[in-house]
Amino acid sequence: MAYNCVVSVKQVPDTKKITGEAMNDDGTVNRGSLPAIFNPEDLNALELALDIKDKYGGKVTVITMGLPAASAILRESLYRGADDAVLITDRRCAASDTLATSYILSCAVKKLDYDIVLCGRQAIDGDTAQVGPQLAEKLGIPQITYLEELLSLEEKVITARRNIGNGWQEVKCKLPVLLTVIDEANEPRVAVAKRLMKYKKARTPVEIQMQLKQDNPHASDEELKQLGRTKTEELEKKGLLIKQWDLDYLGADLQWCGRDGSPTKVHRIQSVVLTARESKTIEPSDKGVADMIHELISDKTIS
Amino acid sequence: MISVNRNGEVWVFAEQHEGNLEDIGLELLGRARTLGDTLGVKVGAVLIGDEVKRLTEKLCHYGADKVYVLEHPLLEHYQANSYGKVIYDLIHKYEPQIMIYGASACGRDLAPRVASAAKAGLTADCTDLQIGDHENKDVVHKNLLLQIRPAFGGNIIATIINYDRWPQMATVREGVMPMPEPLTARKHEIIAEKVHLTHDELPIEILNEHKREKKVNLKASRIVVSGGAGVGSKENFRLIWDLANALGAAPGATRAAVDLGFIDRDHQVGQTGTTVRPSLYIAVGISGAIQHQAGMGESQKIIAINNDPQAPIFDIAHYKVIGDLNEIVPKMIKAIKARV
Repeated sequence: MAYNCVVSVKQVPDTKKITGEAMNDDGTVNRGSLPAIFNPEDLNALELALDIKDKYGGKVTVITMGLPAASAILRESLYRGADDAVLITDRRCAASDTLATSYILSCAVKKLDYDIVLCGRQAIDGDTAQVGPQLAEKLGIPQITYLEELLSLEEKVITARRNIGNGWQEVKCKLPVLLTVIDEANEPRVAVAKRLMKYKKARTPVEIQMQLKQDNPHASDEELKQLGRTKTEELEKKGLLIKQWDLDYLGADLQWCGRDGSPTKVHRIQSVVLTARESKTIEPSDKGVADMIHELISDKTIS
Repeated sequence: MISVNRNGEVWVFAEQHEGNLEDIGLELLGRARTLGDTLGVKVGAVLIGDEVKRLTEKLCHYGADKVYVLEHPLLEHYQANSYGKVIYDLIHKYEPQIMIYGASACGRDLAPRVASAAKAGLTADCTDLQIGDHENKDVVHKNLLLQIRPAFGGNIIATIINYDRWPQMATVREGVMPMPEPLTARKHEIIAEKVHLTHDELPIEILNEHKREKKVNLKASRIVVSGGAGVGSKENFRLIWDLANALGAAPGATRAAVDLGFIDRDHQVGQTGTTVRPSLYIAVGISGAIQHQAGMGESQKIIAINNDPQAPIFDIAHYKVIGDLNEIVPKMIKAIKARV
């Protein structure tokens, strides 16, 4: 029995590479200075979907909400084995918090045929782990969070093992279901050379337009539009068109999108300033160490 | 979503497992008490399960004025749909202004489900909660919940608020808020709620569960001795164990040391590990990444031992020992054994 999977992924700044230069003077983060990467645990979610496809058949569709540049991770998903990719991009998505994001994603997922929706447990830029459960609620389906092992998939019933921190839990649930996947679940496969050669040419309509504008600096808007249509049709025929959806296409209710749809607002951002403390430097000698220990015993820190 | 109301109570999700209250709910009650007193409103604990009424007294001792008890055989075991539904109903009936949850496996599964259904805001993994004002385009929103959390891998501290869609909700990591002193004299009011549930609200069948005792109780230790990547090897990590043994302390580690296989993950201190606030924290061969500091920065005294004088750990240490840990740690053990 085949299962259709939709994997929700996110392009994130590589927070491990953060340095002083990545911080603006006002304490905000200069995202542009950090490399943009595929959110690590989303790769585990994609791997699980591809694994399901390998074992049972079905289709893997990858969706992301983001700027046009986020199509990079959609191409990466195609290299690894995804069948289809959708970019949700719209200026009106800007400043969406997890609630608005999950609403917009739910509008997109509802347009797709799915048995299983997969997300990484959390994204490294926010570490909230909220979008998965919120998306499940918006879709009206149950969730299995912190999935560390898929145990079985039979007749539209899934059993899986969850890592609940201080132990594990095995659960069973009827499809459709949403899974959030942790990094211990699997080892994501690498890109397949043949697929890479093919899909590196895959483009979204907005990328096609940008490229045409660059290649034809003197063309009129009308000419560019015509060229764009031809190019889009050409890529679509070859299966190299990455779908691009906006909020109008999704039929999203704008009051639940972007800034208006986000109940949480930023009150203040501070860069981490280490608090200077009263401190002593201890000589790394027998006497220095012994005096320190003696002091800590005297003030009852060590009893 | 409920409307902004200044009389709403401050609620805490009182997590219980197999009839035992989890520490996190009690820790949260301590802070909820302060928030409630600042706002001049009552503190409510939300207790869900099957036959859990006997736990209400303890919740009051730790700071609750009221305990909302939701009992039903179908609520014996936690799952997001059923617990989410009954909390959603309770929120719409009583309209609390604030609801906080532990950022435990359960709380992080449950709270977003409730937030989505209630169309309310939710801030994950707060390290501090305060009451304060927010000014926006000349409108001052008074007495909001300031939801303070590290973001961007701990490189910034963000304060999040929500002023137009309530309740204001947040999750808080275990060990971040100090455990309050119980007051046994506090009176308690129990509000037993009728629960309506059907099997449809329980889509998950729990087949098997295995709880594993952590190999170490870092939170309960007065002294924690932690090693980082600088310790060098699993064999050399013996030094950390020896120093911990000499002090009757718990051995801890950084994520790097755990990833290198020096010690089990149960010992990890930091943003993705355990948050500790001991009387004494000894950081050995630890550079002091912000993620590690997030889990130990509140320690009363910190000794840092590192051969790199530029290591960030020295910025928060009370005692800085710059030198080779392989020489210094044995000297410490010797000094302790001579004195104690």
